Amino acid sequence: MPEMPPRVGLFVTCLVDLYRPAVGFAAVKLLEQAGCRVEVPLTQTCCGQPAYNSGDKADTKAIARQVIAAFETFDYVVVPSGSCGGMIRLHYPELFADEPAMFQRAQHLAQRTWELVSFLVDVMKCEQVAARYDGVATYHDACSGLRELGVKEQPRKLLQSVAGLRLSELPGAEVCCGFGGTFSVKYPQISDKMVGDKAADIAATGADTLLAGDMGCLLNMAGKLSRLGKEVRVRHIAEVLADMTGEVSPIGVGEALR
Amino acid sequence: MSEARAQIIQSIRRALKRDALNAEAERALADRLAEPKRNLIPARAARLDHRAQIDLFVRMSEEVQTTVARVSSAGAVPGAIADYLSQRNLPSRLVMTPDPQLDDVPWAERPMLEIRRGRAEDADQVGITACFAGIAETGTLMLTSGPESPTRNNFLPDTHIVVMRGEQVVASYEDGWTRLRQRRRAEGQSPMPRTVNFITGPSRTGDIEQRIELGAHGPRRLHIVLIDDAASA
Amino acid sequence: MQPTSHAFKANAEGALGNAHLQQALKLMRAGFPGRRAAAIARLPEFDDLRDEAKAIKDHVLANLDFYLEAFEKNVIAQGGQVHWCRTPQEACETVLAICRRLDAKTVTKGKTMIAEEIALNDYLEANGVTPIETDLGEYIIQIRKEYPSHIIAPAIHLVKEQVADSFRATHRELDPKRRLDEAPTLVAEARGVLRQKFLSADVGVTGANFCVAETGSTIIVTNEGNGDLTQTLTKAHIVLASLEKLVPTLEDASTILRVLARSATGQEFSAYTTVSTGPRRAEDSDGPGEFHVVFLDNGRSAMLGTEFQDMLRCIRCGACMNHCPVYASVGGHAYGWVYPGPMGAVLTPSLVGVDEAGHLPNASTFCGRCESVCPMRIPLPKMMRHWREREFEKKLSPATYRAGLGVWAFLAKNPPLYRLAANAAARVLATFGGARGRFRSLPLAAGWTQGRDMPAPQGRTFMSLWAARRKETGAS
Repeated sequence: MPEMPPRVGLFVTCLVDLYRPAVGFAAVKLLEQAGCRVEVPLTQTCCGQPAYNSGDKADTKAIARQVIAAFETFDYVVVPSGSCGGMIRLHYPELFADEPAMFQRAQHLAQRTWELVSFLVDVMKCEQVAARYDGVATYHDACSGLRELGVKEQPRKLLQSVAGLRLSELPGAEVCCGFGGTFSVKYPQISDKMVGDKAADIAATGADTLLAGDMGCLLNMAGKLSRLGKEVRVRHIAEVLADMTGEVSPIGVGEALR
Repeated sequence: MSEARAQIIQSIRRALKRDALNAEAERALADRLAEPKRNLIPARAARLDHRAQIDLFVRMSEEVQTTVARVSSAGAVPGAIADYLSQRNLPSRLVMTPDPQLDDVPWAERPMLEIRRGRAEDADQVGITACFAGIAETGTLMLTSGPESPTRNNFLPDTHIVVMRGEQVVASYEDGWTRLRQRRRAEGQSPMPRTVNFITGPSRTGDIEQRIELGAHGPRRLHIVLIDDAASA
Repeated sequence: MQPTSHAFKANAEGALGNAHLQQALKLMRAGFPGRRAAAIARLPEFDDLRDEAKAIKDHVLANLDFYLEAFEKNVIAQGGQVHWCRTPQEACETVLAICRRLDAKTVTKGKTMIAEEIALNDYLEANGVTPIETDLGEYIIQIRKEYPSHIIAPAIHLVKEQVADSFRATHRELDPKRRLDEAPTLVAEARGVLRQKFLSADVGVTGANFCVAETGSTIIVTNEGNGDLTQTLTKAHIVLASLEKLVPTLEDASTILRVLARSATGQEFSAYTTVSTGPRRAEDSDGPGEFHVVFLDNGRSAMLGTEFQDMLRCIRCGACMNHCPVYASVGGHAYGWVYPGPMGAVLTPSLVGVDEAGHLPNASTFCGRCESVCPMRIPLPKMMRHWREREFEKKLSPATYRAGLGVWAFLAKNPPLYRLAANAAARVLATFGGARGRFRSLPLAAGWTQGRDMPAPQGRTFMSLWAARRKETGAS
C-alpha cells in the first residue's frame, strides 16, 4: 500500500461524460474513500477506440498522444470502463510499437492504468464498501473488462459487501451483449438479436436490477429491457458501490438534470 | 507440376525473406525429425503405475460407450465373447483377422462361435481383431494395418470385438509411437504401416440436432476383452 | 463456390428471420461451450499444451519450405505421390487426372474444407465423375444442394424435420410410409444408403488435419468412420491439404491432437484418428493401391511474413465459431463462403479479397471470446482489426460512416470544441428525452431504435459539472 495518498487521474470516458456524470462522481467518491487524491485532467475527450476499431490508426494515435500527455504524470489512471481501460492498457503500447519513444511512454502509462473496480480491489486492496442497496441484482461481465483486464471476481467481491443486496448470477454473464461500439451502428439487427438474447437471460434471473461496469453495454441493455417493457433497474456498478443510487434514477428512467 | 512446386517454394521463401536454409540449419531440422522428442505428456496416465493405467484405460473406454470384459487368461476369452454375443442377441458367426496375436486363444473350445479367419466382407456383422496397444490416457485403441490385420475389419462389421492383453496398455500416444517404431525396426519393416487407427469408442455422429447417435458408418458396438493376467502387472 | 460475402448484411437479415435456423442455432449455443469447458476442466495441462501447440506451428511456418520437402521425400519413400497446386484450378485438374487414369466413375469423400474451397464436386460432376459425400452432415447438404455452414458440423443449421424431408425426397427406393421423426432412424437410413456407395467407389478423397514430415503421413480426425472406409476400400486415396497442415513429428501431432478434439466437440479424443502412410504395402490384404497428397497454396504462402501469418496456425477445430455470439445469431451461411465465424472473418479476405469479403471482419464486437478459446492462441480480433485498417486505407467503408467517424475524431482531437459539442448534445438529448428519460425513436439512429429504446443522458456533462464543483469549492 502506498504511503502518500496516491494521485489518481480519473479518465471519465466519453459515454460517462456525455450520458451519466453520476458514474464519474461515484468513481470519485469510491477513490477518495479508498484514500486516493483524485484529479480530472480537462483535456480528456475520448480514448480513441471508435477510431481504432474502424481501422483509423492515424486519428487513434493523435488521440492517444493527447491522453498520454494528459495522464502520464499520475500515480494511477482509473477508468470506470473495461473497454476504455483496455484500450489504454493493452492497445496504446501496441499502437506505438513502431515509435520507440512513444512506446515507452505508452507502456509507462499502460502499466498504471486500471479499470475502477479492479483498481479498488487489486491495487487499493478494498475488501468491502459501505453501501446499502435493497434488491436482487444480476451482473453482466463486459467483454473487454473480462477478457482484456481480468475483471471478474472483483465486482462480485465488492457487491457481496453491499448491505441488502442479493446477487443472482446471470446465465451467460460472459456472453457479449451486442453493443461492440461501432458494431451496434454497422450491424444493428444482429446487435439487436444479441441484446434480445441477453435481455431474456436477464429476465430469467428474476433480478430487479442489472449492473455492469461499462456504459456502452448498459445503454444497450437498458434500451432493450425498456423496449421489452421489463421492469429492471439498470445502473453502473459504481453507483451502487458508492451508495449513490438515491441521487440519480436508473438508466433510461426519469428526469433530466436541470 | 515441378514448375508449380518451384514457384510455391519460392513464394514461401520470399515471404519469409530468406533463401533456402543453409546446411547447418537444415541439419538441425533433419535431426529433429530423425530423433523425435516428446513434448509435454499429461500426468493423468503417465504418473500411474501399470496396474492403475490398466484401470484408467478401462474407465476411459467405458466413458465413450466401449464395453470391457476383463478375463484372467486367454482360455477365458471364447467364453467371454460367447456370453457377450448371446446377451445382446447377436449372431455367433464371426470374421476374425489372421492376426497371430489371436492364435493362442483356444477358439475351438467354443464351437458355437463360427469363426472365419480373413478379411471382413459387407455381410459380416461381428468382427474380432487384436490391437497394437491401448492408450490409457483416453481409452483409445491403437491398431495397425498389415497382411494379418486388414484395416477394413475395424470398420465394416457392426460389432467390433478387440482381444488384448494388459501388457499392451500404455500411458500415452507417445508411448504407442515409441513402441511401434521399436517393433518395426526390430522386425526390419518400414517405419510405418499403411494405416494406424486410433479408435476411441464406437462410431458416432452429432450431425442431427447435436444429438450423439452411435453407429454412423463404423461399428455401432465396440467391445474389448482384456486378458488381465499376472503378466499385465 | 462463388462467394456471397459481399451480401453479408442481407444474408444476416435473412438468417435472423429464419425460424428453422434460429431453432438449430439455439441447440448449438446450448451444447458446444459447455462440453468444451467440461473437457478442459479435466486436463490441468490444457493451457500449457496450447502454448506448445502454438510453438510447434510457429516453428513449422518459419521453416515451411524445409518441412514440405521433407514430407514429400517421405511420402515418395513409402510409394506415394505429392502434387503441388498453386490454384483451385490446378488442384481440381490434378484430382480429375488421377480419376481418369483409374477410370473412376464414383469418388467417395470424407469431409474436407479444401474440396469446398476449390469447388471440387462441381468440377468432377462437370467432367463425368460422381462425387459422393459420406460424412453425414456433408451428405445431407449435398442432397439439399447447399454448402456447409460450419467447418466441423456442416449441417448444423438444419433441424431434423428438414433432414427427414430431404431423405424422403432423395431415397425414393425406400418405403414412403416409413417414419423418420427420430435422429437414430435418420442416421440408420444414411448408414444403409451410403454403405453400398463405399463398397463400390473407385477413388476416395479425404482432407488432412495434419501432414507429418517425419513419416510422410497424413492424419484425419473423424467420428463416423466414413473417412476410413473412403480411404481403405478404394483404388486410390487422395488427400487434399493446404500447405500449412505440416507438423514435424508424430509426437508434435500428438500434442496438437490433444487440444483439437477437446476444443472442437469437448471429446477427449475423436472416435477415429487415423494416420495414413503411403499406399497398401505389397503384403497387405487391403488398402488403397495409390496414395496421393495434393497440396494447395491458394494464398497461404502469401500470408507468411504478413500481419496475417498467425492465421496459418488454425487447425480447423471450430471452437471460435462455437463460442461466437455473432455466429450464434446468424449461422454460417451468412458469411457467404467456405469458412464462417471468426476464423472465416480473418481467412476469407486473404483468399477471396477484402473487396468481396470486407463485411466479415467488420461484423464483430471484438468481444474476444474466440481468441480466448482458440487452442492455437490465434489473435483473431487483432487480425480482424488489421483488415479494417486495410479497408480504411482503401476507403471501402460507407461514406456516411467514415464521415461520422471523421467528425468524432476531429472533435476528440480538439478538447475545447469537444466540450462545447458534448454539452450541447447532452442538453438537447436530455430535453427531448423528457420525463420518460428515453427515446423510442431517434433520427440517424434508426438502426438502434428499431429494436431498442435509446436512454436519454442526464443533461449536463461530467466535465462541466466537475468544473462547476471545482469553482464552488475553490479548488483547481
